[in-house]
Amino acid sequence: MPKVTINGRELDVPAGTNLITAAEMADQEIPHYCYHPGLSVAGNCRMCLVEIKALSDKQNNPLPKLQIGCNTLVQEGMVVESDNPRVKEARRSVLEFLLINHPIDCPICDQAGECKLQEYYMDYGRYESRFSLGDKVHKHKVEPVGPSIMLDQERCILCTRCVRFLDEVTETHELTITERGDHSELTLAGGASVDNPYAANIVDICPVGALTNRDFRFQARVWYLDSADSICTGCATGCNIEVSSRRGSIYRLKPRANLDVNGFWMCDHGRTTHESNNAENRLQTSLVREGGQFVDVAASAAARRAAFGLKTVTSLGIVAGAGATLEEGFLAAKIQDLLGAGPRIVTSPATSDVPDDKMLISTDRFPNRRGLKALGYEEATSIDKPVDALLVLRADPVAAGGAWVEQLESLRATVVVSDRADETTGFADQVLAIGSHFECEGTFVNRDGRVQKFDAAVAPPATAVAGWQALADLLAALGGPAYDSQESILASLLDDLRDPSLVSASPSVAD
Amino acid sequence: MSEKVLLRFEDVSADLTDISQYVADGGYESTRKAIAELSPEEVLAEVKDSGLRGRGGAGFPTGLKWSFVPKDTGKPIYLLCNADESEPGTFKDRAIIEKDPHQLLEGIIIASYAIGCHDAYIYIRGEFADGYDILCKAVAQAQREGYIGDRLFGTDYSLNVHIHRGAGAYICGEETGLIESLEGKRAYPRIKPPFPAVQGLFGCPTIVNNVETLACVKHVIAKGASWFKAIGPEGGPGPKLFCLSGHVRRPGVYEAPMGTGLRTLINDYAGGMLEGRTLKAVIPGGSSVPILRAEETDIAMDFDSVAAAGSMLGSAGVIVMDDSTCMVHALRAISHFYHHESCGQCTPCREGTGWLDHIVTRVDLGDGTDDDLARLDSVAGGMLGNTICVLADAAAMPVQSFLSKFRDEFAAHVHDGGCALKDGRRAVA
Repeated sequence: MPKVTINGRELDVPAGTNLITAAEMADQEIPHYCYHPGLSVAGNCRMCLVEIKALSDKQNNPLPKLQIGCNTLVQEGMVVESDNPRVKEARRSVLEFLLINHPIDCPICDQAGECKLQEYYMDYGRYESRFSLGDKVHKHKVEPVGPSIMLDQERCILCTRCVRFLDEVTETHELTITERGDHSELTLAGGASVDNPYAANIVDICPVGALTNRDFRFQARVWYLDSADSICTGCATGCNIEVSSRRGSIYRLKPRANLDVNGFWMCDHGRTTHESNNAENRLQTSLVREGGQFVDVAASAAARRAAFGLKTVTSLGIVAGAGATLEEGFLAAKIQDLLGAGPRIVTSPATSDVPDDKMLISTDRFPNRRGLKALGYEEATSIDKPVDALLVLRADPVAAGGAWVEQLESLRATVVVSDRADETTGFADQVLAIGSHFECEGTFVNRDGRVQKFDAAVAPPATAVAGWQALADLLAALGGPAYDSQESILASLLDDLRDPSLVSASPSVAD
Repeated sequence: MSEKVLLRFEDVSADLTDISQYVADGGYESTRKAIAELSPEEVLAEVKDSGLRGRGGAGFPTGLKWSFVPKDTGKPIYLLCNADESEPGTFKDRAIIEKDPHQLLEGIIIASYAIGCHDAYIYIRGEFADGYDILCKAVAQAQREGYIGDRLFGTDYSLNVHIHRGAGAYICGEETGLIESLEGKRAYPRIKPPFPAVQGLFGCPTIVNNVETLACVKHVIAKGASWFKAIGPEGGPGPKLFCLSGHVRRPGVYEAPMGTGLRTLINDYAGGMLEGRTLKAVIPGGSSVPILRAEETDIAMDFDSVAAAGSMLGSAGVIVMDDSTCMVHALRAISHFYHHESCGQCTPCREGTGWLDHIVTRVDLGDGTDDDLARLDSVAGGMLGNTICVLADAAAMPVQSFLSKFRDEFAAHVHDGGCALKDGRRAVA
């Protein structure tokens, strides 16, 4: 492993590492715009210029010109300075060049608050403006470039991250640079529209406010947004995501980089999954039957009523959707074990009309099939063995058709644990209202067997509780063991998983 | 004056664009000798020994460049002839192409043989419409006569030569911009490393040589490395084409030994200054290099001597300015050119060339301030050396040198709204 010295600090860095990454390892920042670890090196922004005091232990003369950190790989004995006066002056100069033709319309720019021009200006710029306003080059400002993306050519710093993403990752080539010099502009290539399943990633990787999401434009100031680490439920891939919310409402989903799962990206469908969080059929509170009609009750009261109904049951079947978490699936199985053996099935279809692609999209549109199967759940569309009662967990079997209605009507008890009212809840004796996965913490196992925990981004509505909480209450009311946190449930269930190929979650990385 | 080789067409009555007359004049004998009698290693050794340095502007030793081509990569090796001559003040390659194209083809064939190339490309400036036609005809003739094609001179060596026309961008003359353009892309110069010799055209080892360089290769083989070395200074010998333009009596392209005095070129070759005018300044190597004041022009024109004088030999485009020239206005023409030609890839050049152009224009029109002059110097300083290719340097160096050497004139424009040299404006721009 080459030993390098960065700003006086010596460290060992794996061969093949560039100086931007090596500096991060030394807790030093080399600012950059065009470099992105998921894309090829362009070397055009010139923000990451550093001084090479020695190229290697064999060639220890300083290089006459500053070098770009993104395209310079570590060598044994390399000595680098990224904070000396010469480097700082070059960097200040690059920033000034970037900003002379920039509109500086931060007050109406959605990127404000997470803009690399703003951040680096505060860190490395802070000069008096020397450019006369009349000299600015003007370009188009509100240019829709696809169904979800808006382009502001004046804000664009021409780093080509988006162009490279569309060339190298999706290979769809919708954007290009035309014209030259300071009239260069980012534009659609020959009548194209940025309309591919991964298009919105270019908004995330745009370091400035040139590309904005048409859904998110003018919706919120990013500094008011709260953030939570989550896992996408759009399919079985389990892309690591960040959920941005404010006052209980979710505004956007963005990928968190995880090289073992989703790289730096997520699909556009995944970004829309939060829209159903505000659906009209969301359950606000738990329901029990009084004289045939549902009435609202507190979560704990609903759990007691459900326990009362299940107490004399000797054969309980579990019908789960593959969106149920590991914790929920585990607690449901514990309840079943307490009452007597019965079938556990996952009814969510394993395939869909969306085909697997070579990137992130899985035809399995559910996030935790593999986890539930590891807990002993079997894939089935019906329960053929005789059972006295059913526990339905985040599933709507009635909507799927088949003989469910006759079966449900013949049962002694039906408990539905769900975050929304649907066709199956209508057949329930008790409905335990729970939060969506944006409102609960929990764990999924993705299609590759990776066990990934997620946090709650917002609180469940009204008196709904976390899914694990509702099931823990029911288990306790039936006289089973008490669980008081998601962590304690996860700790208990790991030993029960019957899939030796599962791997623990890998940490997200910086991008 | 010694016998001309590069501009031999001036001394003979034959039409050297016609292959039969060219062959009757001894043409293609060097090519035959190289391929039929010498090994590629021997050709390379001869060129190395000659001390030939690239004539495109940078002056890199040609033989050394060739030796960087990795052997046994399993990939094809390409030779690209850079005929995108675009530097203002430079018109030497054009003379070779239009008047003596076969000496260029000989250089291309010999160089290709030396580096193991079987497909050579000539990238010719789009505006050279006549040159393109002449080259096409020359290549067709050479193919017909068996100097280009399969199994040349009865050996196993085969070569195709392709001609590609540019579309009129200065940046296509930068060697990696040229490669991108030839691949059908925008001519954005590439970040180096990797260098073209290792990874160039279509990802394969590639040598890019200037027209005049390749013409010199032919003469190195024809007359030998020791003949070549005996012409001019040790550090960069050989015959050289100088392009004299501006306020001289006989502007044109002249062949003279490397190291010929700049004043000799102006006074003896180009006939001296125009009637009643005196020398004010010279840009010795194309519009991108630092300008020299009249009193700095007593120098030899070779790579090292011009560098020692604080400028560069560059493409040997000698732009001569007399006492009627407004230096602010002259700089404005240069700054406007680089603003127009910046490809826009790197931040400092994309934004800096336009900024310089705006300020110089303002100062020229009498609307500038003292702050503008300080700004010019620092904006240029922020560009120098900080970009992928040297176009930023080409834009910045004239600004800094004009400003430091003709400060009074810039100050006059700022304080008096202009200068007395109104006629000079039209003469340069």
